Amino acid sequence: MREQLEALRDEALQLVNQASTQKELNDVRIKYLGKKGPITEVLRGMGKLSAEERPVVGEIANAVRGVIQTELEQRLVDVKQQEMDAKLALEAIDVTLPGRPKQVGQAHLLQQVTDEIEDIFMGLGYTIAEGPEVEQDLFNFEMLNLPKDHPARDMQDSFYITDEILMRTHTSPVQARTMLASKGEPIRILCPGKVYRRDEDDATHSHQFMQVEGLVVGEDISMADLKGTLEAFVKQMFGEAREIRLRPSFFPFTEPSVEVDVSCFKCGGKGCNICKQTGWIEILGAGMVHPHVLEMAEYDSTKMSGFAFGMGIERIAMLKYGVDDIRHFYTNDVRFSEQF
Amino acid sequence: MLVSKQWLQEFVDVRQTSGQELADLITKSGIEVEGVEVRDAELNNIVVGRVLTKEKHPEADKLNVTTVDIGQAEPVQIVCGAPNVDVGQDVIVARVGARLPGIKIKRAKLRGVVSEGMICSLEELGFEKKYIREDEQDGIHTFRENVEPGQDVLEVLGMHDEILELGLTPNRSDCLSMYGVAHEVAGILNTKPVFPTVDVTEASETTAVEVRLDSEACSFYAAREIRDIVIAESPLWLKNRLIANGIRPINNVVDITNFVLLETGQPLHAFDAQKLGNQIVVRQATAGETFQTLDEVERTLDPSMLVITDGERPVALAGVMGGANTEVDATTTSIVLESAYFAPISVRKTSRVLGLRSDSSSRFEKGVDPRRVLLALDRAATLIAEVAGGTILAGTAQAGALQLEDHLIEASVSYINHRLGMEIEGTVMQDLLERLGLGVELSADALTVSVPTRRQDLMIPADLAEEVARLYGYDALTSSLPREASRGFLPKRNQHRRHIRRLLQGAGLSQAITYSLTSEQRAMQFNEQHDLHPVKLAMPISEARSTLRTSLIPGLLEVAQHNVARQHADLAYYELGSVYLQRDASLETLPLEQEMVAGLMVGLAEQHRVHGTHVKTDFFVMKGIVETLAEALDVSLTYESVKMPSMHPGRTARVFLNGESIGFVGQVHPGLSKEEYGLKEVYVFEVDAMALHSKEALVYQEISRFPSMTRDVAVVLDRSVTASEVETVITQAAGPLLQRVELFDVYTGENVREDQKSFAFSLRYQNKERTLVDEEVTTAHQQVVEALQSTFDAELRA
Repeated sequence: MREQLEALRDEALQLVNQASTQKELNDVRIKYLGKKGPITEVLRGMGKLSAEERPVVGEIANAVRGVIQTELEQRLVDVKQQEMDAKLALEAIDVTLPGRPKQVGQAHLLQQVTDEIEDIFMGLGYTIAEGPEVEQDLFNFEMLNLPKDHPARDMQDSFYITDEILMRTHTSPVQARTMLASKGEPIRILCPGKVYRRDEDDATHSHQFMQVEGLVVGEDISMADLKGTLEAFVKQMFGEAREIRLRPSFFPFTEPSVEVDVSCFKCGGKGCNICKQTGWIEILGAGMVHPHVLEMAEYDSTKMSGFAFGMGIERIAMLKYGVDDIRHFYTNDVRFSEQF
Repeated sequence: MLVSKQWLQEFVDVRQTSGQELADLITKSGIEVEGVEVRDAELNNIVVGRVLTKEKHPEADKLNVTTVDIGQAEPVQIVCGAPNVDVGQDVIVARVGARLPGIKIKRAKLRGVVSEGMICSLEELGFEKKYIREDEQDGIHTFRENVEPGQDVLEVLGMHDEILELGLTPNRSDCLSMYGVAHEVAGILNTKPVFPTVDVTEASETTAVEVRLDSEACSFYAAREIRDIVIAESPLWLKNRLIANGIRPINNVVDITNFVLLETGQPLHAFDAQKLGNQIVVRQATAGETFQTLDEVERTLDPSMLVITDGERPVALAGVMGGANTEVDATTTSIVLESAYFAPISVRKTSRVLGLRSDSSSRFEKGVDPRRVLLALDRAATLIAEVAGGTILAGTAQAGALQLEDHLIEASVSYINHRLGMEIEGTVMQDLLERLGLGVELSADALTVSVPTRRQDLMIPADLAEEVARLYGYDALTSSLPREASRGFLPKRNQHRRHIRRLLQGAGLSQAITYSLTSEQRAMQFNEQHDLHPVKLAMPISEARSTLRTSLIPGLLEVAQHNVARQHADLAYYELGSVYLQRDASLETLPLEQEMVAGLMVGLAEQHRVHGTHVKTDFFVMKGIVETLAEALDVSLTYESVKMPSMHPGRTARVFLNGESIGFVGQVHPGLSKEEYGLKEVYVFEVDAMALHSKEALVYQEISRFPSMTRDVAVVLDRSVTASEVETVITQAAGPLLQRVELFDVYTGENVREDQKSFAFSLRYQNKERTLVDEEVTTAHQQVVEALQSTFDAELRA
């Protein structure tokens, strides 16, 4: 019987090794280990054996069953793995094909630049102030030391709606409004926004454009503070290596007034086509708030002083990114927007 | 303002400074020099030649062969093509080796004849056509003055000169004269300027001219009379000066008035005395009065304008332009010369209303220096007598008075230093201010400055701070930051805007910024609020940009039109910006600036060609964007079908928040989009951006540990019933256990009657306190079914 069992074992193990699917293994299991299988049969016939033989044969039979069982399970793991491998191999794809990207929109370039400027000045303790784009002559001009018939009004030909109402020509009326509302208290604001001038649109002029303006009012505010502030801004915006230069100029609402140049960020000051060989690029106008402007807004100009600065956002964007035509900002051409 | 360096040299010594150096110094001190023209930069070897002989060229009809004395031992032979060349003329010769703009003169053979140089026109020397005499427009220039062969022509024409172009800001009108520029340059170079003295030699006869002022717009008027003059072409020196400063010479009298205007900044006018008579009355014009100015234009005046009259008729528009009726012409033999002080505002208005600007008006309107009114008159009279002959009658006819006193400013050294953030010594300030010709008294910290009338821009101590700073130089300025700390933050409104922008960009829309001004028709195209009045510009540049928008949609449609026309058919844009709503018919108040957010999509919303998927933009794509936005901003919107003239009547919804309309979403009316914007199918939305703001503060809701149960309900009901109506009924009927309703199927077609449709909703129930019992869900669900049956007569589908 021992021989019989061992033959059965060898036969079953051979079949286990040959099986390549779960079904074949299952068949082997049923055939050899099932209730009607030969081993069960051997065990069933043990009654005929002598009491001495019975435990010996029983042991052998159980050992054979155990070996087959173990081998079967071992083999099943391998077969399952192979089947999975085969299945996954069939599922293989070309991973270099393009994905299905989610379309993400872009912020307008002028917006990006505005946000950047806002963030820099918030870091310097400024908050954002805004005002109407359709403005009273009073705030746009008169409270900024530009009475009616002031020759400087020539500098900014305006879109009037009525004699007293116009499209604001700069963001400066926000200064006047904020000062009036602040009732003599210190101020530190940044005012971005759209402004309008009576210009024909061409590569360098736009009847609508964006400005950002800053105003600081307090005790002991000086030109030196203005210079330090603008230096901090310029280094953040255009790079640590940038320097600034102040040139005397004129604005009716500041005295003294300056134009501010930044050392050319393309050539570093050696001279190139961006800076017109001068090494410097004009980027903004600034000055100490004119005492009349402070007084019109009910500030005591003997105790309080302030500085203000203003710049064109299009100009900054054009310089920073090399854009050559201001109209690009307003046609919103996909081929333009996509680049930023 | 153009400044000839050669002329400037008469008042300030600038020989040691090149034009460019001078320009840099002036710019650094506050007046921007916009350009420096070196007049002889491209010219040399050009001399006076005297034409000795002239013969026809043997081979060419239009050429002459001349011999010309150019001051050398032997005359040279020059072939000349100019029709006006003749024997005896003194001409301009570019010698062999000479340079002219773009040309180098070489010995040449013209049709076989040797030519050693070229006889030139003024144009070939770089003169503009307007400076060239009528009869020499097509030929060469001939000198009528005494010149000698071989003389340097550039010297004769005053062209060894550099011209600085000053870009003057409105406050520096004092530099609209050579005197003013001389003061400024002397201050910069730290020298003293010198000016010519004027001695009038008067005849024994006294002028009979009388002046009367009948208007306050003229505070002072003076006139001198000059007899026996001869009108002629001006001498070279005078013409050279005018041309260098951009003014066309006319005749000796007019040229002198222009010369003195440039020199002193005081505009003058010469009347023909015989045409004028002895009476001068300055008054306001009468309504409808007509008058022909020197430019031969008939002008209709109004009472805001100041005129000079001969007692009856106008003879000049005060400070702007003279009249044709008293013009100085070739036959004039005596003149009355005017010098006056007209109110800047009056001149400015007149010149504006008539659209007439002149060298005179541009100076008067900024205020001339009162101290130069009589000085300029005497200077001009003297020069006219010198250049045009004639005698100056005794006496100056005058009326009114001039404000000649210096203006005093009380400042302090500490104030100026404080304002600048610098530490400049009082004595240094004194020196700087004195260099500009101001009177300065320094006593400890006190700085008392007397400002002469020519510097009307210096009024207050802050003005002095600027004068000190610009001469001292800003390079010496140190940097600091305001000492006090300050709260820097982004206000809520701006945070909200940034939030909307991020969400829409995340949803695939790119930001557009478009013009606020559009055409009147487009301005109102997508806003149907009936109480709005268009806000129109008084003087638009074009109709297309004449009116303020009341909707962002037309601007976005223009963006789409632009891009679709350039083969970009799939677009998704948004804009966040103001619309301008005017409800005040009088237009006397500011319009409401309402911030809207609008979106536009056209073509495919999504496309992955290699994967064979694409989503075409339709109403629901656009609405989905609005829903996403609302969801993220925690506001709950409802939608109702609406008809708007510019929108598709069946594919547009009004958007409500808490029962109030805040905008719309839908397809632009295909007729409109096609015809006006060339777009077939375009979807848009526009809602009040600031309304999209949840009023409630966010509070954390505990996440329930208990499982939920989902039941579906499918009903067939009348086709006119909307999904939102059904959803409302479900929500009300289900009670508090209902957590979510989701429409997951809409069906019409087979097995459903034509006037009906089928909706299938999935309902999720949950009790946050305990595990749901099957029965309570069944009860709630049964209530839903019954409500649908009773409200819509709905039929339950299996």
